[in-house]
Amino acid sequence: MADPMRVRAAENGGIVDVKILMKHDMESGQRKDAAGKTIPAWFISTINVKANGKDVFNGQFGPAVSKDPFLNFKYKGAKGDKIAVTWNDNKGDKRTDEATVS
Amino acid sequence: MNQQRRSVLKYSAVFGLMASAGLISTVQAQEWNKAAFEGKGLDDVFKILGAGSPDKSAAVTLNAPDIAENGAVVPVGITTAKAEQMAILVEKNPSALAAQFFIPAGTDAFVTTRIKMGQTSNVYGLVKADGKWLMTVKEVKVTLGGCGG
Repeated sequence: MADPMRVRAAENGGIVDVKILMKHDMESGQRKDAAGKTIPAWFISTINVKANGKDVFNGQFGPAVSKDPFLNFKYKGAKGDKIAVTWNDNKGDKRTDEATVS
Repeated sequence: MNQQRRSVLKYSAVFGLMASAGLISTVQAQEWNKAAFEGKGLDDVFKILGAGSPDKSAAVTLNAPDIAENGAVVPVGITTAKAEQMAILVEKNPSALAAQFFIPAGTDAFVTTRIKMGQTSNVYGLVKADGKWLMTVKEVKVTLGGCGG
């Protein structure tokens, strides 16, 4: 199981600011190991964020997103919303973490 | 045309196999836009996204540094008034498309993330609003590349 993400969500004036820090190597598929063999790409490909069960954000990443991807977006919401963040990587691994809007 | 059809067939065959082997769910195979992320140049990606040749617009703001010391971590953000989709492209990366975002109603047309850049290049912020694609360009100088090794 992959390492947990850090999810922060804070409401201000009806807008919820969501910051997500995922823990993932995001191997680009361009690097070579000591033996000169290419290290295969390994990266988060899709990310979905739900607030109270409703989609508020969908993203697709390529291998060009930095290691331990960071994501910041805003949606119209309220304090106490339940945020659920799910990512899938190209090896079929996935992780969901939850947070409550403060 | 023929070539494109062939590669589509190939991809669907591979995905079909992987899906039936349980390696990936079919939902995921449909979701991740493999062709777009493997498109090499800007024009390829524009075409696959259905953007054609997007108009440059002052309504789209790309927040990126002028100089990135470390190409492995370049903060990039897109802000605009209204958007259904947004995408970040790096012209000189091995695959131009870095990330694509889908913005449902009720979510602001604002996103920030961090990307890798192999070398100094133009970074494109693409926005689809009301069915029309708009873009903005900014050159980011990279002191230390973040793709090779």
